[in-house]
Amino acid sequence: MFTNLSRIIKYGLAGFWRNGWLSTATIAVVFLVLVGFGGLLIFNSVTNIFISDIQDKIDISVYFKSDAPEDQILNIQKALQSLAEVKSVDYISRDQALEIFKTQHQADQNVSQALDELNANPLSASLNIKANELKDYSVIDSYLAGDAFKEYISKVSYTQNVNVIDRLQRVKSIAQQGGFILIVIISLLAALIIFNTIRLAIYSSREEFGIMRLVGGSNFFIRGPYMIEGMLYGLISGILSVLAITIFVYYTAPYLRIFVPDVNGWSYYTSHLASFFIYQLIFGIGLGVISSYIAVRKYLKI
Amino acid sequence: MIIFQNVSKVYKINSHETVALDDATFHIKSKEFVTFVGKSGAGKSTIVKLLVGEDKPTKGKVVVGSYNVNKLTSKELPFLRRKIGVIFQDFRLLMNKTAYENVAFAMEAAGRSSKEIQEFVPQALDMVGLKHKMSNFPRELSGGEKQRVAIARAMINHPDVLIADEPTGNLDPVNTADIMKLLLRINELGTTVLLTTHNKDIVNGLNKRVISMEDGKIIRDEEEGKYILT
Repeated sequence: MFTNLSRIIKYGLAGFWRNGWLSTATIAVVFLVLVGFGGLLIFNSVTNIFISDIQDKIDISVYFKSDAPEDQILNIQKALQSLAEVKSVDYISRDQALEIFKTQHQADQNVSQALDELNANPLSASLNIKANELKDYSVIDSYLAGDAFKEYISKVSYTQNVNVIDRLQRVKSIAQQGGFILIVIISLLAALIIFNTIRLAIYSSREEFGIMRLVGGSNFFIRGPYMIEGMLYGLISGILSVLAITIFVYYTAPYLRIFVPDVNGWSYYTSHLASFFIYQLIFGIGLGVISSYIAVRKYLKI
Repeated sequence: MIIFQNVSKVYKINSHETVALDDATFHIKSKEFVTFVGKSGAGKSTIVKLLVGEDKPTKGKVVVGSYNVNKLTSKELPFLRRKIGVIFQDFRLLMNKTAYENVAFAMEAAGRSSKEIQEFVPQALDMVGLKHKMSNFPRELSGGEKQRVAIARAMINHPDVLIADEPTGNLDPVNTADIMKLLLRINELGTTVLLTTHNKDIVNGLNKRVISMEDGKIIRDEEEGKYILT
């Protein structure tokens, strides 16, 4: 078995090397297809980053009546935190709200004078709530509308933001569904192109399969070297495609900051490079090997 | 021992039927040298295809040694083929492999060890006078040389039977004589040889058993036969 395997690998490598031009042409096509496939994965990631960045900026605020006791507010905070839909709840006390307000308006003489004349804190305590998903905000809003909280809450900002949140949710869902459909279509297209390219490469050797069968070669022994060649096409194209995409991302990542200032595209890419590399290799090698297997099978009926 | 028992082969193309072999029966003993003669389309190549399991008979039974060829599955066929060496008019060498690798392939397919391959392949190529061209690819060899590589490949696993299907059809008279000498020598060393040809001079010079065929039928089977066809 081991001897057979080493012979299969030897013939696979020899066939790959001896049909240099054919191997190069096949690798070139598989490389271009993998670049397209990888490019789509990257584009999909960028879209997701862009959407989640916007999503991250959205929250709803609950403003409390000025006489609401702090321990009640903290109880409500705890209750909210226990909800599965809630990602985080930040409490801003009346004093903190005043501090923030003063810092924001320190250059404005009129505001500080007005505050001094009031001689009291006119601002309400509030809770800033971030949900896990956009659709969760309506659930949180309904929860806050409950009778238990009416006595303390003066207003919830959800009603002001509901249109933006709804619209964003629709954009997100279209982008996700569209991205998925596009990935499925491109994957099928890529698989078909790679399969046909390898099938054409193998077609040139079709007469040899019959000869090998007549000389006593088993199907496994005949097919093996071609599967090794298919694996090499996928491996080399996979490595080259990741290399090309890495160079592309390196030069274009700074432009991503124009749209998403908080995200460093290059470091995001490098932190996902290993899994991206593995995806490309699995896709390339898998298709190479399967295509070779199917393409050769047709000629092994002698 | 080879047995053909009432074997017929009918090819169906669309609804049209062509009888390639019609109720053929013959026995070939071990170590015999038998020549099949007949015009193109007489059924010689069909016999070869049925012997190596490339085709299955429409009717009848084909036995080679201990193998009932009709009943072999695709996975079992390689075992039969390792017991039969075949050479063809068009050589059928692997174009991407050197002469050495072409011969070695048959041994590798049979699962022989690397040590045996390194020892026997040069010997086989030496036997056919091509040791100095071991590293040449088929495209770098003449027709006669290619056929000698094919003979070395056919003989490398010491088969019980060597089938030569029009082996000299593409060769000049000098190379034809060389190949025939090789086939006779192989037969003398104990291998059953089945030769198909329509070369009258070859058949008449052999003085061996001749089976004559016409339109898929065996019309004559003679020990020390001659080429007699209408």
